[in-house]
Amino acid sequence: MSISPGMQLAEEPGSVAADTRAATTIRDGGRLGRRAGRRKGLFGRIGLNAWALVIIVCSIFPVYWMVNMSFTPSNQIISRNPSLLPLDFTFKNYVTAWTREAAPGQTDFPHALGSSIIVAVAVVVVGAVFAFLASIALSRFAFRGRVFFIVAVLVVQMVPGEAMMFTIYNMIDDWRLMNTLLGLFIVHLAAVVPFTIWTLRGFVKGVPEELEEAAMIDGCTKAQAFWKVTFPLMAPALVSTGIFAFIQSWNEFLMALLLLKGYNLTLPPWLNSFQSATEATNWGAVMAGSTLITLPVVIFFLFVQRRMVGGLVAGAVKG
Amino acid sequence: MSATLTEPDAAPRTPTTRPPRPPKGSSAGARKKKPLPWAPWALLGPSIALLIVMVVYPTIVMFITSFTNLEIKNKMLGTAPDFVGFDNYLEIFTDSQFPQVLARSLGLMVVLTVLIVVFGMLIGLTLTKLSKAWRLAVSIALLFAWAMPPLAATVVWGWMFDTDYGVVNWALNTITGTQDWRGHGWLENPWSFMMVLVIIVTWQSIPFAAITFYAGLGQVPDEVIEASSLDGASAWQRFRLIILPYMRNVITAVLVLETIWNLRIFTQVYSLQQQGGLASETNVLPTYLFRQGIGEFGTTAAIGVFMMILLMSISYFNVRNSLKDEEEL
Repeated sequence: MSISPGMQLAEEPGSVAADTRAATTIRDGGRLGRRAGRRKGLFGRIGLNAWALVIIVCSIFPVYWMVNMSFTPSNQIISRNPSLLPLDFTFKNYVTAWTREAAPGQTDFPHALGSSIIVAVAVVVVGAVFAFLASIALSRFAFRGRVFFIVAVLVVQMVPGEAMMFTIYNMIDDWRLMNTLLGLFIVHLAAVVPFTIWTLRGFVKGVPEELEEAAMIDGCTKAQAFWKVTFPLMAPALVSTGIFAFIQSWNEFLMALLLLKGYNLTLPPWLNSFQSATEATNWGAVMAGSTLITLPVVIFFLFVQRRMVGGLVAGAVKG
Repeated sequence: MSATLTEPDAAPRTPTTRPPRPPKGSSAGARKKKPLPWAPWALLGPSIALLIVMVVYPTIVMFITSFTNLEIKNKMLGTAPDFVGFDNYLEIFTDSQFPQVLARSLGLMVVLTVLIVVFGMLIGLTLTKLSKAWRLAVSIALLFAWAMPPLAATVVWGWMFDTDYGVVNWALNTITGTQDWRGHGWLENPWSFMMVLVIIVTWQSIPFAAITFYAGLGQVPDEVIEASSLDGASAWQRFRLIILPYMRNVITAVLVLETIWNLRIFTQVYSLQQQGGLASETNVLPTYLFRQGIGEFGTTAAIGVFMMILLMSISYFNVRNSLKDEEEL
């Protein structure tokens, strides 16, 4: 699906504290420069900071502009001299975005919000259960076909869902799930599960089996040992993979656009319709809608950003 | 196990080198020979069922459909389509649009990937040189660009490049002190449409590359850098001869992933086309396929099969990379 496998989680086999490891790796990047920095003259330091400022401004500006415009009254938005701050601060755009239907006969924001949350939460919960069970099988059992399945998961993760958009459309149609949230849920679920299995497997492997064995010596059954010892250690990993699945489902546009209509739209197709219908008259409301959609993702992102790159790099530098 | 317990003390090691893998396999093999042969399959069951139904099955169906003339009317009337051999493939390659779309997609992919990797590396290196406070500020700023939902980002950028009230035209007018840019339509011309698209996608993708490279740069041992600068290596030589070789795996990983993602972009292109681009002049593979619409399933399946083969052959490198990381599967 158009779900980016790029959101790799920290996955460091052989370490319980995989996430702290990833965080250290990122911080360690600083080692390189510190020494070089000391040798740099004042001029170089100013130039460097100026360049850093350019990066900051370029990265932030569109986000800032969106928020700025979302609080600006529409008559000022279409002025020839845009203001850098919302001087006539207004919430009216948010009210419009919240209440007006996306286009005639289509859903309004609260309904789309509900649909998005239902699909995303279901994907997170069911995906976590599926992937968690699979990751236990892959890291705690030896069986014929295990390596094959691991490779298959990796391959399946790379299958471009958008290439199959019409085949999946037909399938969903044949199952009478067209224009239902259940249909979109299944599509999103299949898109996040391979990635979640792959990531969780690394985490389960990172919890030493000796811990479980110790619990079993103390009288636990294998299942109890797993549930009471390994599972709590896995909780952070489950939370962050869950957040990733949520973001991916929340942002997914193509299949939602293809499978949903009218009152069942999730937020991305809602924004698309709302923009097409309102852009000529009310850009402020479109910006308010965009801000509302962006907000939850940014908050979640701040939670998990530390774990984001660790996995990819930890593996790549090892070889 | 007892033999391996002494292993870490046998030789001092830096954090980047790992001790030889303990012969865990032997003990694991013994331990894992337990009853419950069905247990792993029961645990894998739900995932296997899901992936077979939602990935394997549609792939096969698409492959078969691509050799038929299945159309919407077959579905409505319930009639079976005919096999037409390679006709669909012949059609898409002789179709006036498809080869052009393919070329545009590949060109866009190359431009995007190069820009993202070059700027990502540049910003990654910058991060290593900054003081702590600056580094934090830059990281947070990058995070915002990264976190923004692609659709919302495209809507906002499209508005910034708006013909009448866009901030870009306003800024250009102010800077040049003229009114030359007033009413300049950025999305009308396919080339400037592509430029805006490149700006949006690069803006959003650089943070991933930059932060990944930054993390990778942390793995380059200080001692080697120091030794090389004592030996008189210039900054460029240090980068090319020391840092690049150490970073090879990270760079390859990012290159492969970016190549795949940049061939798959749909949201940004589609949304920008909604805002004023000429779709027939600006389509890339996914939007082209989407705009074929529901109807000629045989032709769209052939396009899908082609896309899948193209992307999966690039993905081969990614799968191989990921497997290489796993010394013990």
